[in-house]
Amino acid sequence: MGFFARLFSGNSKTKMSFAEKLKYIFTGSEITEDFYDELEFALISSDIGSKTTTLILDELRDQIKDKKIKQTDKAKELLKDIMKDILKKAEGDDLDFPLVLMVVGVNGVGKTTAIGKLANYFRTKGKNVIIAAGDTFRAAASDQLEVWAERAKVRIVKSSEGSDPGAVVFDAISSAKAKNADCLIIDTAGRLHNKTNLMEELKKISRIVEREMPNAEFHKAIVVDATTGQNAISQVEQFNEAVGLTDLVITKLDGTAKGGFLLSLANEFNIPVRFVGVGETIDDLLPFNADEFVDSII
Amino acid sequence: MGLLSNLGEKLNHIFSKLTKKGKLTELEIKEAMREVRVALLEADVNFLVAKDFIVKVTEKAVGEEILKSLTPGQQVIKIVRDELVELMGGGASKLEVSSNPPTVILMCGLQGAGKTTMCGKLASLLKSQGKKPLLVACDIYRPAAIDQLKIVGKTANVEVYSESIKNAVKIAENGIAHAKKLGLDTVIIDTAGRLHIDETLMGELIEIKKATHPTEILLTIDAMLGQDAVNVGKEFNEKLDITGVILTKLDGDTRGGAALSVKAVTGKPIKFCGIGEKIGDIEPFYPDRMASRILGMGDVLTLIEKAQANFDAEQVKKMEESFRKNAFTFDDFLIQFEQINKMGNIKDLIAMIPGAAGKINANDIDESRLVKFKAIIQSMTPRERANPDLIKASQKKRIAAGSGTTIQDVNQLMKQFEQTKTMMKNMNSGKSPMSLFGKRKF
Repeated sequence: MGFFARLFSGNSKTKMSFAEKLKYIFTGSEITEDFYDELEFALISSDIGSKTTTLILDELRDQIKDKKIKQTDKAKELLKDIMKDILKKAEGDDLDFPLVLMVVGVNGVGKTTAIGKLANYFRTKGKNVIIAAGDTFRAAASDQLEVWAERAKVRIVKSSEGSDPGAVVFDAISSAKAKNADCLIIDTAGRLHNKTNLMEELKKISRIVEREMPNAEFHKAIVVDATTGQNAISQVEQFNEAVGLTDLVITKLDGTAKGGFLLSLANEFNIPVRFVGVGETIDDLLPFNADEFVDSII
Repeated sequence: MGLLSNLGEKLNHIFSKLTKKGKLTELEIKEAMREVRVALLEADVNFLVAKDFIVKVTEKAVGEEILKSLTPGQQVIKIVRDELVELMGGGASKLEVSSNPPTVILMCGLQGAGKTTMCGKLASLLKSQGKKPLLVACDIYRPAAIDQLKIVGKTANVEVYSESIKNAVKIAENGIAHAKKLGLDTVIIDTAGRLHIDETLMGELIEIKKATHPTEILLTIDAMLGQDAVNVGKEFNEKLDITGVILTKLDGDTRGGAALSVKAVTGKPIKFCGIGEKIGDIEPFYPDRMASRILGMGDVLTLIEKAQANFDAEQVKKMEESFRKNAFTFDDFLIQFEQINKMGNIKDLIAMIPGAAGKINANDIDESRLVKFKAIIQSMTPRERANPDLIKASQKKRIAAGSGTTIQDVNQLMKQFEQTKTMMKNMNSGKSPMSLFGKRKF
C-alpha cells in the first residue's frame, strides 16, 4: 500500500478541485513540457481517453506554434475552441413530431429516471406524451416508471413483470394512436451490450414500431452514465450497430465525473447529444450545449 | 474491438528487434512502459494510479534477468501482471462475522451501481452457506426501490423488512431489532444510491453506521466506472471507513481499471464480483483474472468457467459416449451447436482467448451460419440424423427447401460434419474432445 497511500495523502493534487487544478495550469507562465503534461492529466482525468487526448493536444501544439503563443493563459481559449469544434458536431437539430423515442442503455445508467424527465420536458412543451413500460425484466421497473409518469403527468402503458416487452410496446402504440399522442417514449430493460440475445430483443421492438407507426419519427436514444469510462465508446458502438442510434442522453453529470468520453464519441460517431441529466428532480434535464459542456471541463 | 491492439502483441513488437536475451535495459523498459501506460489508461485506471504504478514497475524491471522460457516482451508483461495481481490482491472474498449477532452488512454506492441486485445475490449466497439473512430496505428515495428489493428477496427466498416511514436510520434500527426477534444471524441493509459529494445523503449513511454498528460496509462499484472511481472510492472510504468493495457488471466488456483505482485509494479488499443478472451470478474476486483483463490480454480462466457453467453435463456425457463409440450423428452435432450458443456471443468468447488475438479475426466468424446449420439439421428426419449416409441428392433438395437454405448450404454442413467426425475419430484414441474445457465438472 505504501506508494498509493503516499500518492493520495497530504498535498497531493487529487485533493484539489478541478477548477483549482486548472487555475494552476493556466497561470500565464511560459509554456513548457510540464504544461502539456498537466493538460494531459486534466483531460484524461475527465475520461476523454488517451487517444482523443493525444489528438487534442497535438492540435493545440500545432496552433500554439503557428500562432506563436508563449503564455499558458493564452492557450486556454485555444484549447477550449479545439474541444468545442469537436463537440459542435454533437449538437442536434430540433425534433420532429409525432415522435417515437426508444430509450436504450446498459444497466443502471438512469434510463427510467431520464424517461420521467423527458416525458415532463415534452409535456411542458405542449406535447401529448405516452410512456411504454418496456422494461419487463428488472424487478419493479414498471412501478418505478409509473411514479415518474405520475410526476410528469403523462399516461403510461404497462404490463406485468416477465411479460413480453414487444407486447407492451404494441399496446402502447395502439393507445398512442387512439389518444392521438404526439410522443411515445419506450423504456427498455438495461442490458450489457455484449449480450447478443438481448440486443436481438431491441431489434424486435424496433420492427414493431416501424411496422405499426411507419409515419412517425422514430428515434433511438442511448443513455450513458457520465461516470462511465472508456467503455462508453463500446456501449455506443454496439447499441448503434444493433438498432442505429439517433440520439445520446448523458446522465449523472451532477457528480464529479465530467463525461469526457463525449469528445471521443463526437469524434467517432455522428450521433447528436440531445440532453444531459444533472440531478434527481424532474426538471434536472437540460438540452446539450457544447460550449457549456467544455466550460465545465476547462 | 481491441483484438489487435492487444498489449502483448505491442510489447512483442517493441521487443522483436531484440534477439539477444539477457537483462532488460532501461531504454527498452521505458519504451515498453509507454505502451503499458496507454493500456492502463484505456482500461480506465486512474491517471495518477497508472503513473505511480509505472514508476514502481520500472524500478522492478530494470536489470531483471529474462527467464529462459520467455521473450523480453513476455517478461515485461509478467512483471506488470504480477505487480497488478499483488496490488489488487490481499483479503480473501470472505465476509466477517460479528461475535455479537446479528452481523450487519451495510451496502452503499452511487446510483445505478447495482446495490439492490447485489443485496439479493449476497442474501442468496449467505443462505446457501447456512446463514439466516434478513434484507432491510432503507432506500426511501428512489421510486419503487423497496418493491424491487422485495421482489429480489422473494427470488432469494429471504425475508425483506421495510417500513413506509421516511427515516432510513430508524428503519435500519428496527430491521435489526426484527432480525433479533426472529433469531436471524445476518442483516443486509440496502441503501439509496447517492453521490459521494452529497453532504446530506452521506450524512445519512454516517448516521446509519452509528446506529447499526455494521461489521461490513461494502462499497458497490460499477466495473465500467471511469477516472472518477478514485473520487468515489476516496469519499466513501473517508466518510464511512468501508471494509470492502464489490465490483458489479463484470459480465460486460469493460476492462475494469476501476478495480485497481478503487483498491489503490481505499486499500480495502475487493470481496465479490457481480457477473450477471441472475441471483446466483456472484463470484469471488480473482486478482489474477482482473490483471489480465485490465491489460487487455484476454481472460482464459473466465472462458473456461463460462464453458463449464453453460455446458449441460448430461448432454456432454451422452455426446462423449457417441464419440467413443464412433457413432457421431447429426443429433450430437446439434447438441454441440446448442452448447456453443449457450456460451454466448462467439466474438466475445474469442476476445477472451489471449492467443486468438491476431490469429482469428472475429469478423470472419459468421454466427448466422450456426443458425443456418441448426435449421438444416432440424429439417432432417430422425432417421437421417442418425444415419447421415441416407442423405442423397433428393433428400438434400427436400432439406434445403424445408430449412429455407440452399443445397450448397446443406453440402457445407455435411462437409463440416464429416470433418468433425474424422477429428473425433482421431482424438478417440487420445484425449477427450471436451478436455479443452477441463474434466472437473463432467
